[in-house]
Amino acid sequence: MSDQTSVKAVPSRMERFFDSDLWWSFKSHKSAVGAAIVLLLVIITAFLAPVLSPQNPYDLAALELWNAELPPIWMEGGQMPFLLGTDVQGRDILSGILYGTRISIIIGIASVAVSLVVGIGLGLMAGYYGGWIDNVLMRIGDVLLSIPIVLVAILVSSVAQQFLPPAFREVGVAAVLVLAIAMYSWVQYARVVRAQTMVERRKEYVMASRLVGTPARRLMLKHILPNTLTPIFVAATLNFGLAILIEATLSFLGVGMPPNQPSLGTLIRVGNQYLFSGSWWIVLFPSIQLCILVVAVNMLGDWLRDALNPKLR
Amino acid sequence: MLAFIIKRLANAVFVMLSVTFLAFVIFRFVGDPVDQMLNEQATQEQRDDLRERLGLDKPFLVQFTTFVGRAATGDFGISFRNQRDVLDMIAERFPATFELVLVATFISLIVGVPMGVITAIKRQSWYAETMQFTSIIGISLPSFVVGIGLILVFSVWLGWFPAFGRGDTVDLGWWTTGLLTPSGRMSIVLPALSLSLFQITLVMRLVRAEMLEVLRSDFIKFARARGIPARSIHFRHALRNCLMPVVTMTAMQIGGLIAFALVTETVFQWPGMGLLFIQAVTFVDVPIMAAYLCIVALIFVVLNAIVDMTYAVIDPRLRGAEK
Repeated sequence: MSDQTSVKAVPSRMERFFDSDLWWSFKSHKSAVGAAIVLLLVIITAFLAPVLSPQNPYDLAALELWNAELPPIWMEGGQMPFLLGTDVQGRDILSGILYGTRISIIIGIASVAVSLVVGIGLGLMAGYYGGWIDNVLMRIGDVLLSIPIVLVAILVSSVAQQFLPPAFREVGVAAVLVLAIAMYSWVQYARVVRAQTMVERRKEYVMASRLVGTPARRLMLKHILPNTLTPIFVAATLNFGLAILIEATLSFLGVGMPPNQPSLGTLIRVGNQYLFSGSWWIVLFPSIQLCILVVAVNMLGDWLRDALNPKLR
Repeated sequence: MLAFIIKRLANAVFVMLSVTFLAFVIFRFVGDPVDQMLNEQATQEQRDDLRERLGLDKPFLVQFTTFVGRAATGDFGISFRNQRDVLDMIAERFPATFELVLVATFISLIVGVPMGVITAIKRQSWYAETMQFTSIIGISLPSFVVGIGLILVFSVWLGWFPAFGRGDTVDLGWWTTGLLTPSGRMSIVLPALSLSLFQITLVMRLVRAEMLEVLRSDFIKFARARGIPARSIHFRHALRNCLMPVVTMTAMQIGGLIAFALVTETVFQWPGMGLLFIQAVTFVDVPIMAAYLCIVALIFVVLNAIVDMTYAVIDPRLRGAEK
């Protein structure tokens, strides 16, 4: 087919992407475009936090106590540069949110990446080799899915934090959180990849490349894997939203990020203590940011699920 | 059929054993129990003595079997912090959690089912589309943020409902209930609402999907042809055929809700098992953590097994589906 259409040279990847069904479907979905724009804005502002934010919230020397509990700028008593007000230590809420969003996003991406690597690897092996490897892996998956996810994540992260040596506390807590979230979500990828691999394994092209002596690892990664990726793509997007949510919940419950490196969940936990003292902005703005972030990710995931579903075309 | 039931039960037992193993590992390796029980001046001899008395010198597997045996009879030991029997402490807190979950489930059905029906039969209308759109938001909103929002609006700003606690409770001997006193009823509104929000959207989406399926079927077309009023078709004929999956999903979700209630309980300081667990986590009170994990997993696993087996009874296709 490409012989007939390629009047000019082979189209580049970008051109192929902008000509794809996926891009057309994206352009015609108002909510998907909106969600993508919002998500991009949130991510860009989060990663430009050191440039954009008026104050470095981690720098204790920058905090002035007479700036404590200032309301947002549009209310009486609000002051520049504290657009969204300050907390009880005089920390700028907006700066806290930007830095916190960055931590939330990094943990979300990292846990999706870890669970993708583990899940795809184990799923390929289970589907390709079958036998006892398959049995053991799927049993472990069954057990993990039989326990409520919040519970597992809370236990893993609170227990693992007990074992962290003080020197590793800073990096360690984030790593523990990533593992606690990834521990659960790899099962989903493994199941999908396994089922697809079992189908692909019997097809002629796999047989052919086995006959010419392609090593099993190359066969799995280069030939079978690309054929299993579509559903994984959707699951990963939705799980990114879920990962951010779980991280926020753990931090809110006090088993996640510590107050000296706050994620959005930690900010909400801290702000929650001042709910009754009238300083509602300390808790409200981080909550809104968290909601915007998760809603945008889920709306994109929702659209992607429909767009990649061949039944709905 | 029998083979299916046996298989399903074996699976449930296997899951429970794995969870107990996890609980045991936490129990055994988070902090040395001997250090927790003796003070710093204890001699090595006293330590060895206690170690022997607690059975901590025995091989790992022997210790694990003892732990499983005791857990099976409900003996989870004594809380490090309160020096009280762990099972008693959890049993005291259970009614609060269970009432919260029941009320939340009730709300989710009362609100979710009609919303699902409306979005299915008036698919093109603006209000159905708004509901469908808000349902994505409802699924995405973190439960603790919803709770905080409810407190902020209805307790702090409007002052309509209390923001924390359970209000006055009535002791029925083996059960304490807050549903019989006015303050208890007022207190449960906000926590139950915040716990049910996710559930509402789930029920709504499920009912909508099922309704769309049923409305396309022949018997509905026939009912239309017979001139039966639309209202009666939708609610008498179509809805009734959608309720089975709704009921099973609700039953299955109760286990998850009991576990998830710990977030809501933390926000509203609701004196249930989840709050007990979170407090135990803060103080590394390992026996409570282990017991809570086992009990919630048990509820979860038993509910799932029951639902699976009822499915097999109702739907003959599943019986033959043996791998």
